[in-house]
Amino acid sequence: MGALANPSLGVDTVDVAPFVRVAEDGNRRLDLMVGGIHCAGCVRKIERAFEADPRLQEARVNLSTKRMTFGWQGTDVSPSDLVATVAGLGYRAVPYDPETLASSNLREEKRLLRALAVAGFAAANVMLLSVAVWAGVAQDMGTATRGLLHWIAALIAMPTIAYAGRPFFSSALTALRARQVNMDVPISLAVILSATMSLWEAATGGVHVYFDAAVTLLFFLLIGRYLDLRARAKACSAAEHLVALRAIAAQVIDGDGRRRTIPADSVRPGMIVAVAAGERLPVDGRVNLGRSDVDMSLVTGESLPISVATGAQVFAGTLNLTGPLELEVTHEAEETLLADIVRLMEAAEQGRARYVRLADRVAQFYAPVVHLLAAVTFLGWMLLSPIGWQTALLYAVAVLIITCPCALGLAVPVVQVVASGRLFRQGTLLKSGDALERLAQVDTVVFDKTGTLTLGTPELVRSPGTESLSLASALAVQSRHPLSRAISHAAKTENLDIPNATGINEQPGAGLEGLIDGHRVRLGSRAWCDVEGSDEDGETEIWLAAKGHTPARFVFADQLREDAVQVVAALKQRGLEIALLSGDRPEAVARAARAVGIDQWQGGVMPGDKVRFLTRKAEQGRNVLMVGDGLNDAPALAAAHVSLSPASAADISQTAADAVFQGTRLGPVLEALEVARRSGRLVRQNIGLAFLYNAIAIPFAVAGMVTPLIAAIAMSASSIAVTVNSLRLSRVRKTPAAEAS
Amino acid sequence: MNALLYLIPAALILGGLGLAAFMWALRSGQFDDLEGAAHRILDDDDEPLP
Repeated sequence: MGALANPSLGVDTVDVAPFVRVAEDGNRRLDLMVGGIHCAGCVRKIERAFEADPRLQEARVNLSTKRMTFGWQGTDVSPSDLVATVAGLGYRAVPYDPETLASSNLREEKRLLRALAVAGFAAANVMLLSVAVWAGVAQDMGTATRGLLHWIAALIAMPTIAYAGRPFFSSALTALRARQVNMDVPISLAVILSATMSLWEAATGGVHVYFDAAVTLLFFLLIGRYLDLRARAKACSAAEHLVALRAIAAQVIDGDGRRRTIPADSVRPGMIVAVAAGERLPVDGRVNLGRSDVDMSLVTGESLPISVATGAQVFAGTLNLTGPLELEVTHEAEETLLADIVRLMEAAEQGRARYVRLADRVAQFYAPVVHLLAAVTFLGWMLLSPIGWQTALLYAVAVLIITCPCALGLAVPVVQVVASGRLFRQGTLLKSGDALERLAQVDTVVFDKTGTLTLGTPELVRSPGTESLSLASALAVQSRHPLSRAISHAAKTENLDIPNATGINEQPGAGLEGLIDGHRVRLGSRAWCDVEGSDEDGETEIWLAAKGHTPARFVFADQLREDAVQVVAALKQRGLEIALLSGDRPEAVARAARAVGIDQWQGGVMPGDKVRFLTRKAEQGRNVLMVGDGLNDAPALAAAHVSLSPASAADISQTAADAVFQGTRLGPVLEALEVARRSGRLVRQNIGLAFLYNAIAIPFAVAGMVTPLIAAIAMSASSIAVTVNSLRLSRVRKTPAAEAS
Repeated sequence: MNALLYLIPAALILGGLGLAAFMWALRSGQFDDLEGAAHRILDDDDEPLP
């Protein structure tokens, strides 16, 4: 997050003009994706910057979507300036075309919401009329009045069904065209048939009018559909977010030493590219000149930066922290490691799309059975009794209506909504409903190390004393290096008085130097502080050297999450297979694996290897839960059967994962698994309830004894039973995760 | 039963009004940014009194 952008870094050379949309009345609009917005402060900061500009009619940030819209009239506003101003505030802004970019999910959501509103309106009014009819039949309503009420109901219901039923009809058609059956096929059939039959009944002055059932059914089902889509919309395509990470321009140094800025796409191997401190690398390359610390978390998942000097290989998308670098480009833009990761992820996302939801799997055998039953009813009455084909058809349709999978359609979404609501209260954001189904099937858990089993940030574990610490933090406050931050943090928590340091200078890859009370003080590597000997135990350390003091040693470690050991033990106890995959050095991985009690581990793993490991597990028939946070984990998160990611993870990983958990504990992983398993049981119970109800109602329907009133009561009763059963999940029960802590 | 002649249209019109209001809200973007508004209220951008 907080991608740093440099306003001088040629955003102006990227042509923004094609992204400006001109309306017929001369109004112009420009949409930007803005990376790094996460609070009101960011919104205010950006909007303030444009408030005073009288030429702009609109400059508004949308916090939910992390997008920004500009509106103006005429041609005196330069769109590139707008982008550059946002970039100048420290946010990476990328223009995009909202027509082409996956706003389809948003359109779909609005379409469903409109359908839901119409269905709700119609359901209330038709039910009002139906209640009048049912009450009137018991008393003295005349057939003329009843006919009038039926016709009014028809007038409301028919357009409603045509409009609000479209999501189901189109989905059913798509399935049928692919020669498959999903839940929408029996739903569509029941709604269309009941509406047609009711219309015929109303026209002939009959009593079997099912408009209320048809419309209420649509209303209930649309609620389920809408909840489901809302949950899924949060998990918009990960590739979209990757755009924000890619440096869009590169500063190229020509043979004669002149610098020019060109789009990163047009950089060719062999060119020399300059990267200032604080910028993301636009290309894969080898360091030609300069020293710096580079945050390589994209490749290794490690948060500790790596010192690079001439000859080191560096990768696009990684962050140059401390000193300017000149790189010789080794790969074209489409061949960088980042581009590889994007491709791996897209491939993995497609693989997951093949998952068939439980409801649809049930529908595959449910629908044929129901349709066969209706056919048997029709033929049976036709052949074995003298009632005529119209009445036989009426009975057959009644079978279809009574078996319409209303409860079945609600059984899954309601449980999912209750479960995700429960997880949300505990700080776990579940992004799709079927993730819960997949989570319940997990039998193998694969962890990443840094940032997942551990907190991902180094902490000071051994300090030479408060005096040294306060000296060290005087220098450290000036640096962005994670170890410096750890020192500042430690000094702040101990409430130390920090002396004033002047003339601080950071030597990339070595350390800091400055003057405190007129004395020269150095903080940094062993060599930087002139300490003899070598680092004996492989711990992460830095030294403090000052005149008149013996050099002091600070030791850091990436701490395990406080409940990591208990959670791993609890997972094992449930019979789950556990593995640890990390891009870190094998020794460090082995140490962490021992500490938490994982027997199966691998170190030095590249992003592609993680995916291969998961694929191998999947081929062995295992359902793997991947828990990871780094950018290097993103393809694996997308490839796993289901995935979790901590909220501290890279944006892309959070997007790729099925759920994101907050806090510094690992307990939510166990909690999510438990809730998923319980909701899996509830879904099966609900489906069982729906079947039970059908088993009772079907004989009556086949026997031709179902009236509209019975159909309406039975349908509502089963829906309510299913909903109430689902709500049991939200009751707080002491979970094993709570016991583990 | 004559009451029906105005009660049913009244129910339909009232319901229709609600529906139309919702459709208007949806179209004019009232539901586009559900998080931003909650933060904006905290944004005290009044000028201090002289």
